[in-house]
Amino acid sequence: MPNVAAPVLDVQGLKTVFKTRGGEVHAVNDVSFSLKPGELLGVVGESGSGKSVTMMSLLGLLPSPPADIRRGTVMFDGKDLLKVKPQTLRAVRGGQIGFVFQDPMTSLNPVYTVGMQIMEPLRKHMGLRKAAARNRAGELLELVGIPDARRRLDDYPHQFSGGMRQRVMIAIALACDPKVLIADEPTTALDVTIQAQILDLMLELREKLGMAVIWITHDLGVIAGIADRVLVMYGGQIVEHAPVQDLFRDPQHPYTRALLKTIPTISGERAKRLTVIEGQPPLMMDAPASCPFRARCDVAFDRCARENPPRFDVGHGHDAACFYDARTGGPRNA
Amino acid sequence: MLDQTRKPLVRVRDLKMHFPIHAGLLRRRVGEVKAVDGISFDVMEGETLGLVGESGCGKSTCGRAVLRLYDITSGEISIDGREIGALSQGKLRPIRPTMQMVFQDPQASLNPRMTVEAIIREPLDEHTKLSAAEKRDKVAELMDAVGLNRNFAKRYPHAFSGGQRQRIGIARALALNPKFIVCDEPIAALDVSIQAQVVNLLEDLQEQFGLTYLFISHDLSMVRHIATRVAVMYLGKIVELAPREALYRDPLHPYTKALLSAVPEPDPALARSTERVILKGDVPSPSNPPKACNFCTRCPAVMDICKQIDPEYQEVQPGRFVACHLHTDPTTTAG
Ligand SMILES: Nc1ncnc2c1ncn2[C@@H]1O[C@H](COP(=O)(O)OP(=O)(O)OP(=O)(O)O)[C@@H](O)[C@H]1O
Ligand SMILES: Nc1ncnc2c1ncn2[C@@H]1O[C@H](COP(=O)(O)OP(=O)(O)OP(=O)(O)O)[C@@H](O)[C@H]1O
Ligand code: SF4
Ligand SMILES: [Mg+2]
Ligand SMILES: [Mg+2]
Repeated sequence: MPNVAAPVLDVQGLKTVFKTRGGEVHAVNDVSFSLKPGELLGVVGESGSGKSVTMMSLLGLLPSPPADIRRGTVMFDGKDLLKVKPQTLRAVRGGQIGFVFQDPMTSLNPVYTVGMQIMEPLRKHMGLRKAAARNRAGELLELVGIPDARRRLDDYPHQFSGGMRQRVMIAIALACDPKVLIADEPTTALDVTIQAQILDLMLELREKLGMAVIWITHDLGVIAGIADRVLVMYGGQIVEHAPVQDLFRDPQHPYTRALLKTIPTISGERAKRLTVIEGQPPLMMDAPASCPFRARCDVAFDRCARENPPRFDVGHGHDAACFYDARTGGPRNA
Repeated sequence: MLDQTRKPLVRVRDLKMHFPIHAGLLRRRVGEVKAVDGISFDVMEGETLGLVGESGCGKSTCGRAVLRLYDITSGEISIDGREIGALSQGKLRPIRPTMQMVFQDPQASLNPRMTVEAIIREPLDEHTKLSAAEKRDKVAELMDAVGLNRNFAKRYPHAFSGGQRQRIGIARALALNPKFIVCDEPIAALDVSIQAQVVNLLEDLQEQFGLTYLFISHDLSMVRHIATRVAVMYLGKIVELAPREALYRDPLHPYTKALLSAVPEPDPALARSTERVILKGDVPSPSNPPKACNFCTRCPAVMDICKQIDPEYQEVQPGRFVACHLHTDPTTTAG
């Protein structure tokens, strides 16, 4: 990976709030990260921690109201996507930036055939004619491993299994050879062998097209297998960021450490009972004034209740938002 | 541990579920998708049978067919001693309460316009004659059983996290005191810690109420945790069925071996160095399966016989079933 290359996507200080009847929900708080060409960035974190909202914010996919993007810049191709005109954003989305969102059951339109839905971006963004688009759609469906792909272009989504619908979504996202692919839990409905094929396909496309990928998942095994760098989110913030080897070998944030302990394994001793992270996630009704993980943290101390920890650099491209220094086993000197 | 004295609660024999394919202007029937193509298994009282296999191999169809959410193509299904394979939907109605389903996607399966209380109460309204007060008590009890705060009864589903929504679905499934529950990927969309909570909950409820589960999942490490025995499906058929420990320690069918080797290791060094069986070859379609062994187009150990004779599904060791020529006794396949 060329480390010096300028990022294809650079997000700084993103903050997204939902205005609801019950008050505000501070879903994304001061999130910053960047993505280099051809890089595979993994994103993990608790359910409700703001992973999807972060990605939907930067693609302008959240209805406003209730969503309010309060701050931040999202630089892509020399432009700030939070400032460009809606039609410019629409041209980027599904074209140069492909995306697959959670929940394929609701993301495919039940009244159109699968083929029509794959052909749509090809006609809209690449200006392909109908026959060419159909041909390419068949190729794409084959690429994601659907048996008998060309015949199945005329099927409707309900005739596909859960995992097949998910692969249709991936095919749509890849349709226009995107520079960046944002994939939000794209393989939850796939079995491990097909997941392995899809992951191989991602690695191949990054080699061939230099496509950069943001991969959101709950599966730490997938992260371990394909990510270059990893973001860990908790309570609307990035709490840890590290190259993949360092994250697993030397996790710094107490949430990451707890998370790594919860994974059941396929070999070795079978646990009588699965480990869970005790306690409840934060409500996020206000901008955080203390560490969001404090109530569940096993090493919290007084400072954690007074300030929200910033991301501390711990060296080698690794940072953690925690006042406790896991390496010295005491409060951080900062 | 598998208790040999247990009796089967669910008994499935040669179950087939084929969907018609229509094509052309007149939407003529031109073929069929053999989603489930002749499978047989038992689920013992109080056990969890794990069901794993490739995407599209027919797991959901199998789960739904066993609960008779479809009119099946052929086969026998008996639940608690009653044969239900051929019963009409009207005759099934009184039996429905004993068998329930928990779906993969809690978001899509909960009505967003109903309060949590109304969602959990719905099956009580439909199948019981309890008074309003009795129903309220029952709903509160169910919310306790699945660890939902009773004070949330008047809230709508969107106010809950994924894990909490899955609990709502489980509470509803429990409302009519079922004996048998099909869990179709109940944890796929949840984060690891919440997956663990839901699995722990399912285990507690099983102990408390003596429930029997068919647990469909892609997550082989979770299945290893929860299942008593595991069935592996490939293209509409069960290719292997074995007690959990035996299956994970010593998989017999080449597809099971490939599946277990593809489980992602949560360790970057291992993940990038371990030897994986990557399956090559054409993935056949369930509308046009291979003539003999369904796995012969991709099997790393394929032999000539595999392309000619469909291997019989048989018990090769006590409690271990497999359909593969590598494991069949040559004297029984000779004919
Ligand atoms: N329309 C909305 N109105 C109010 N709150 C919302 C809305 N959409 C999302 N939220 C809240 O924003 C927070 C972040 O949600 P998000 O969907 O980004 O979580 P996530 O990290 O993707 O979780 P998961 O792993 O479960 O997908 C959650 O607390 C959620 O309840
Ligand atoms: N209503 C239907 N009409 C036609 N074909 C169907 C229908 N439902 C399912 N199928 C087909 O039956 C096969 C099995 O589907 P099923 O949903 O049972 O798979 P699955 O094993 O649950 O897969 P996944 O793991 O992806 O959820 C697939 O080829 C699917 O396309
Ligand atoms: S800042 Fe404090 S409470 Fe937060 S994770 Fe670190 S030690 Fe725990
Ligand atoms: Mg999400
Ligand atoms: Mg399914």
